[in-house]
Amino acid sequence: MKEPLLKRDRVYDFLAPVVIPEALLDTRHGPILYLEDITVTFDGFKALNNLNLTIGDGELRCIIGANGAGKTTMMDVITGRTRPDYGSAWFGSRINLLGMDEPAIAAAGIGRKFQKPTVFENLSVQGNLELAAAGNKGVWRMLSAPLSAEQRDAVNEVLSLVNLQAVAAHVAGTLSHGQKQWLEIGMLLMQRPRLLLLDEPVAGMTSAEIERTTELLLELAGTHSVVVVEHDMEFVRSIARRVTVLHEGSVLVEGKMQDIQNDPSVIEVYLGE
Amino acid sequence: MLMRLFDSDRAGSVMLTLLALLIAVVPVANLLVPPESSLHLSTYTVTLLGKYLCYAILAIALDLVWGYCGVLSLGHGAFFALGGYAMGMYLMRQIGERGVYGNPELPDFMVFLDWQALPWYWQGFDHFWFALVMVALVPGLLAFVFGWLAFRSRVTGVYLSIITQALTYALMLAFFRNEMGFGGNNGLTDFKDLLGFDLQAGSTRVALFVVSAVSLAVVYVSCRAIVNSRLGRAVVAIRDAEDRARFLGYRVHYFKLWVFTFSAVLAGIAGALYVPQVGIINPSEFQPLNSIELVIWVAIGGRGTLWGAAGGAVLVNYAKTSFTAVLPEVWLFALGGLFIVSTLLLPRGLAGLFKRSKDAS
Repeated sequence: MKEPLLKRDRVYDFLAPVVIPEALLDTRHGPILYLEDITVTFDGFKALNNLNLTIGDGELRCIIGANGAGKTTMMDVITGRTRPDYGSAWFGSRINLLGMDEPAIAAAGIGRKFQKPTVFENLSVQGNLELAAAGNKGVWRMLSAPLSAEQRDAVNEVLSLVNLQAVAAHVAGTLSHGQKQWLEIGMLLMQRPRLLLLDEPVAGMTSAEIERTTELLLELAGTHSVVVVEHDMEFVRSIARRVTVLHEGSVLVEGKMQDIQNDPSVIEVYLGE
Repeated sequence: MLMRLFDSDRAGSVMLTLLALLIAVVPVANLLVPPESSLHLSTYTVTLLGKYLCYAILAIALDLVWGYCGVLSLGHGAFFALGGYAMGMYLMRQIGERGVYGNPELPDFMVFLDWQALPWYWQGFDHFWFALVMVALVPGLLAFVFGWLAFRSRVTGVYLSIITQALTYALMLAFFRNEMGFGGNNGLTDFKDLLGFDLQAGSTRVALFVVSAVSLAVVYVSCRAIVNSRLGRAVVAIRDAEDRARFLGYRVHYFKLWVFTFSAVLAGIAGALYVPQVGIINPSEFQPLNSIELVIWVAIGGRGTLWGAAGGAVLVNYAKTSFTAVLPEVWLFALGGLFIVSTLLLPRGLAGLFKRSKDAS
């Protein structure tokens, strides 16, 4: 019975290298996010109803839908805030999102921007980005270790990417609405995420800012997968390759923007309103 | 390293310089200047100052958890009192045979209750080091367990404030009971000496004052170091946008738990320094009112600035001492008025008046 212990092709758990989530993320099969039959009920109301959604690696996807269609609930499920009653959610083909809490999911590589831009108003722009930097975020580590050189470089890189170098030393509370949106996107990028969930990223922006944001998102797509929830149809049209329409907690249609716009069921529930 | 800590903290440097001056001047003015001289500082005043410094430590402890972490604890007086009781138990054991009943083993109140042996939880308190460990451990452990349950369940805001209030109230009721073995409503008192030094002697009082001042300085510097570190910024971030911090990968409840526990330990230390100076610890220290007063010191001094909290504690208590000597019945109204004025007009307290646009970052 000694034989199984000596099998050379088997790696025992205690010998296996400790895998960090980044290495665990496996997108060889295509999808980076895979939601199956997700159902969430709040007091009998089905916020999500057998939702099935697949996001490919490097894809830029827009999700539209009327209020109450389940967009925010879907993000809550993906980021660990809400546990579905039923269904499964996978990040890559190996990370089961349903067993993880919000910080673990963030560390695994999913960044989420809130609908209302949320930054740390009392800290400087640079301070905001430094806090978001990828790395060990334990209490003791934060107390004892200064920012590493790589993290410092990443801050500068992101500052120029989101066009905030000029205000790097300013307190974030003094930024304009659009700048706060960018800062929050910048904070997500500091986490080095693989999947970005953006809830209304251009709300309250001027048209010049929207243009810049469009460029930024198109730049990010490819190296990152981006999911955008947006009401601004003009913006959706300008960035979308694929659009998913949510209605009453499940996917109504999915396809190219032109097809979506002409789909009678979509016109009825959403665009027609 | 230490110098860098104070680069952007002029007020803190001023405060530490003041403390150093006090440490140098007070012993001389009390022990060397003859009582007839107008420069003489009475032992009463020295003790009073020492008491204020203990309050200042307590205020800094609360400011760390409220002003920086956004967790409004209305029960911090409980941790202060527990530290005080731990020190009081040591002082009780030091009385030995000099008690009224002359029992070498049991404190007077236990003899009075007809107890035959020292309860298990009094064991070890005849050692000073053991008492010191307990001064930090008991409040720290309570805060840890309480915080673990509360923060993990994401109890926040006013709900957390209410249960901290309930915590201190429950402890007060428990400590009032004679069967608890902490002297019931009389508490622990009639202390004789500490490490062999007579507590009534002027020199011991001066020494206690100096220890309090040094402790305040150490507490200030360590809290400053925390606030200036990345941890300090993460804590402020959690205060301002808890969800954002959580979705950036911070386990918010660990941070709150750590700060809360550390703060409780500081409060316990403040209580332990306080008890030998005032000579008594009883359940009234657990009163919810005490914890609320403490919040007012910090609010008036300026929450979110450590030196402001310390200054607020000293100023308000100085006002209390002066006021209650002249118009005792007006004091609570004055305190309430101060609180309303500071909330409406000075949201950042007195410290806000001095603070320029310089910020936490």
